[in-house]
Amino acid sequence: MNGSGLIAILPLIVLGGTVTTVMLAIAFGRNHRLTALLSVLGLMLCLIAIWPTSDVAPRQVTPLFVIDRYALFYMGLIFAASIAVLLLSYGYLAARPEPPEEFYLLVLVATLGAVALVASDHFASFFLGLETLSISLLGLIAYPRDHGKPVEAGVKYLILASISSAFLLFGMALIYARLGSMEFVRIAALLSTLDKASPDLYWLTGLALIFTGIGFKLSVVPFHMWAPDVYEGAPAPVAAFVAVVSKGAMFALLLRYFVTANVDGFGPVPIMIEIVAIASILVGNLLALLQNNIKRLLAYSSIAHLGYLLVAFLASGALRIEAVTYYLVAYTVMTVGAFGIITVLSTSNAAAEIEDLDAYRGLIWRRPWLGGTFAVMLLSLAGIPLTMGFIGKFYAIAAGVSATMWPAVIALIVGSIIGLFYYLRVIVAICTPAPEGATAYAGAVPLVGGATLAALTLMLFGLGVYPTPLVHLIQITAAQMTVR
Amino acid sequence: MILLWLILTPLIGGVLAGFTGRRNNVWPRWLSLVCLAIDLMLILALWAEHDGAAITPNGTWLAQIDWSWIPQLGIRLHLGLDGLSLLLILLTLGLGFMSVIASWSEITERVGFFHFNLMLTLAGVIGVFLALDLFLFFFFWELMLVPMYFLIAVWGHERRIYAAIKFFLFTQGSGLLMFAAIVALAIFNYRQTGVLTFDYFALAKTQLGPTTQMWLMLGFFIAFAVKLPVVPFHTWLADAHTEAPTAGSVILAGLLLKTGAYGLLRFAVPLFPAASATFAPVAMALGVIGILYGAMLAFAQDDMKRLVAYTSVSHLGFVLLGIYAGTALALQGAVIQMLAHGLSTGALFILVGALQEKLHTRDMRRLGGLWSTAPRIGAIGLFFAIASLGLPGLGNFVGEFLVLLGTYRVASGFAIAGTLGLVVSTIYALSFVQRVFHGEPLASAALTDFSSRHMIVMGTMIMTLVWLGCYPQPVFDTASAGIANLQRVVSEHQPHPGEP
Repeated sequence: MNGSGLIAILPLIVLGGTVTTVMLAIAFGRNHRLTALLSVLGLMLCLIAIWPTSDVAPRQVTPLFVIDRYALFYMGLIFAASIAVLLLSYGYLAARPEPPEEFYLLVLVATLGAVALVASDHFASFFLGLETLSISLLGLIAYPRDHGKPVEAGVKYLILASISSAFLLFGMALIYARLGSMEFVRIAALLSTLDKASPDLYWLTGLALIFTGIGFKLSVVPFHMWAPDVYEGAPAPVAAFVAVVSKGAMFALLLRYFVTANVDGFGPVPIMIEIVAIASILVGNLLALLQNNIKRLLAYSSIAHLGYLLVAFLASGALRIEAVTYYLVAYTVMTVGAFGIITVLSTSNAAAEIEDLDAYRGLIWRRPWLGGTFAVMLLSLAGIPLTMGFIGKFYAIAAGVSATMWPAVIALIVGSIIGLFYYLRVIVAICTPAPEGATAYAGAVPLVGGATLAALTLMLFGLGVYPTPLVHLIQITAAQMTVR
Repeated sequence: MILLWLILTPLIGGVLAGFTGRRNNVWPRWLSLVCLAIDLMLILALWAEHDGAAITPNGTWLAQIDWSWIPQLGIRLHLGLDGLSLLLILLTLGLGFMSVIASWSEITERVGFFHFNLMLTLAGVIGVFLALDLFLFFFFWELMLVPMYFLIAVWGHERRIYAAIKFFLFTQGSGLLMFAAIVALAIFNYRQTGVLTFDYFALAKTQLGPTTQMWLMLGFFIAFAVKLPVVPFHTWLADAHTEAPTAGSVILAGLLLKTGAYGLLRFAVPLFPAASATFAPVAMALGVIGILYGAMLAFAQDDMKRLVAYTSVSHLGFVLLGIYAGTALALQGAVIQMLAHGLSTGALFILVGALQEKLHTRDMRRLGGLWSTAPRIGAIGLFFAIASLGLPGLGNFVGEFLVLLGTYRVASGFAIAGTLGLVVSTIYALSFVQRVFHGEPLASAALTDFSSRHMIVMGTMIMTLVWLGCYPQPVFDTASAGIANLQRVVSEHQPHPGEP
C-alpha cells in the first residue's frame, strides 16, 4: 500500500481516528456535549474526506477493500445517516438517566463496520465489517439497560445475529471449498468456468446460505420475525439506525456481490429473489395493517420496503444500481425522519417512548410542524408525489417492468395499496382532534433534533421534486461499478 | 410560462392562505378568491388572444412550455393548452370560486388549512388538464388526491374517515395500475427507439402488439374509470360525495370526475387507438349501464347528497358513451355534458349543503314543504333538478342529445338504451323536488332563505347553464379545435394503428 492507497481509505482512517479520540475523551472526563460535538465533527470530517478520495477511485486497497465511487457514495449516505441519528439522539439522551457518552462511541463503531461492509470486496472483510456492525448494534439496542424491553430486544438480536452469521460463514466456506477464492472478482472469473446448465450443488447451497444470512440482516420474509420486536424494544434513534445504516450497508454489499460476482446468471437465483420480494411486500404490509404501536408499524413497513427494494434489485445493468441506490437514499431519509419524530416527541417523556397510536391523536393541531412533518414522512413512505418516496416507487416499478417480472410488479401495486391504508390510519390519527384530557407533550422540541427534522423534510421535498442532481450522481456511481 | 403560472397561482395562494389562516379567518378566503381571479384573467386573456380563427384544426397548441425536469429519465415539464383543456380549466376556476364562496359560512374551523387544501386540489386539477408528459400527468393526478383526502377527512360529515380512506384507496390503487402502464409504455418505447421518454407524442408512436396494447390500455382505463366513475368501480363515489363538505363535494363531482373523462379523451383513446376501438363496445355498454343503474340508485336514496352523487354516475355514463362512440357529434356532446354536469351538480351540492347547514339534516324523510318558507331555495332547486333531468334549453340537454345522436350512427342499440336514461332521470329529479320542497312542512321551522351571497353564486350558474343550452356554439368552436387537434395527433403519429 502506498500513499494514494492511504488516501483511498482516508474516510476509514478518519473514522477510526474519531473513534479513538472520542474514547479517550470519555476516559478523561464525561461530558455529553463534548462527546456529541467530537462525534458529529468526526463524521463530518469523514464526509469531507470523501472528496480527495474520489480522485483516486477506483482503487483496490489490499485484497480486502475496493474503493470506488459506488463504495464512496454509500459511505457518504451512511455518514450522513449516522450524523442525523446522532443529532436526533442528542436531546433524547440528555433527558435519559443512562450515561449518554458510550452511545456515541457505539454508533461510531457501528458506522465503521457499515462503511467497511460497503467497501468490502472479499468474504473476510465482509464478515469483519458485519460483525463489527452487529456487536455494536447489540450494545445500542440494549442501551437503556434498566428497562426490560430493550434488554429483551438486545438478546433477541444477539441470538439471531449469531445464527445468521453462522449461516453466512457456512455459506462462505462452501463457496471457498468449491472455488478456492474469497474475492468477489475472482469468484466471478471462476464461476464462468462452471457449467451453467447443470447447477453446481456446492455453489448453489453456499449462495443460498449466504442469502439466508443476508436475509436475516435485511429482515426480508421469511427471515423477518425479529424486526418488530427489536424495533419496538430499541430506543427510537437506534431503531432508525438499525433500519437505515445496518440494512442499507447490507443491501449495498448484496448488490456489489451480485454485480461483481455475476451471480444472476444462475438458474433459480432471480426467481428466488422475486419470491422473497413478493413475500416481503405482502407479509410486511398485511402485518402492518392492524398495528397500534407506531414503532412496530414502521418495522413491518420497513419489511415491505425491503421487498420493494428487492423488486428494484431485479432489474439488470445500470438501471439496477440506479434504482436500488435511489430507493435506498429515499428510504434512509423517510425512515430517519419518521423515527426522528418519535425520538423528538419522546424526549421529555423519559419513562417510556411515545409509540402508541392513540398518543398521536391531534398531533397536527397541537404541534403543527411536528405533525406536518410526520404526515409528510408517512406520505413519502406511501409513495405520494412531491416526495422522494414517489420517485423511489417509480424506480422500483420501472425496474420490475424492465425485468418483465410482472408478478413482482403486481405485488408492488397491491402492497402499495395495502400500505396506503395503514399510513392513512396514522395520518387520520394525527389529524383528528384529540380527546379531552389527552396527554399533551409538555417539553419543548430540542433545537438540534428539530433542525435535523427540518433538514430531512427539505431533502424529502427537494429531491422528490427535482431529483436530477441525485440521479446524476448515482448514474456516475453506477457507471463506474458496471465498467469494472 | 403563462401555463406554469396557471398552476403556480393557486399553489402560492394556498400556501399564503395556510399561513394567514393561523391569525385570521377572513384572509384565507379573500386570498383564495384573489388568486382564482388572477388565474381566471390569465386564462381569459389566452382565450381572447386566440379567439375564432386561431383555434382552427391546423393543430397548434394555444400555449405550451417544454422544459427539462429530470433529463436522465427523459421526464420533461411539458404543458400544453388546447381548446378542451381551456374549457375544463375555465370550469375548474368557476367551480373554484363557487366552492370558496359556498364554504364562507360553512367552514369556521381551521380555515387556513382548508383553503390550503382547496387551492392545492385546484392546482393539481389544472395540472392534470395541462400535462403532456405522462410522468408529469401522473404526478398531478396523484397530487390532487392528498389535499382532497384531507378536505373529506377533516371537514367532512359523520362517516368522513371511512369515506376519505375509501376514496383514497380506490383512486390511488387504480392510479398505480395506470402508473405501471405508463412505465411499461415508456420502457417498450425505449426498447424500440433507444430513447427513454415520457413525452405524449413520442409515446403515441410506440408500436405495440394487440395484446400488449390492450393490457396497457386497460391500465389507463381502470384508473380513469374509477374516477369517472364507471359502474363496477363507483362505490367510493357516493360515500366520498356524501361525507365531504360542500366545497369538497362540488370539486369532487364538478372537477375530479372530469379528470377521468379528460384522461380517456386525452390519453387512453389516442395512445391506444386500436385497443380502444376493440374495447369500445364494452365501454359503451358500461356507459349505458351507468346511465340506467345510476339513475335507479339515485331514485332509491333518502339522503339528498347521496341522491345527487348517484346522478353523477348516470350523467357521466353519457360522457363515457360519447367518448367511445367516437364520432365528432358524440365527442362534442361529451364535452358539453362534462361542463353542464359540473355546473348543475355543483349547484345542487351547494344547495343541499346550504340546506344541511341550516337544517342539520340531509334526510328527505325529515324534509318537506320547504318552498313555502324558502321560495328562493325552492325555485333554484327546481331549476337545477330540471336541468339535471335534461330539459331542452339547458346545457345538460344539449350534451345528452348530442351524445345520443352521435352514438346512434355507430351503435344504435346503445343509443336507444341510453335514451331510457332521460326518462329515468325525470323520475328521480321530480321526486327530489316533490319530497324536499312540496308536501307538508316538516323540519323547516328555522329555515332562512338564501342570502344574496348564495343568490349571486346560483344566478351565475343558472345563467351559464342557460347560455350553454341556448347558444353552445362558442364552446363547440373551442372544443372542436381541441378534439380535432387530438384526432390529428392520433392520425399523424399513428398512421397504421393496426400493425404490430
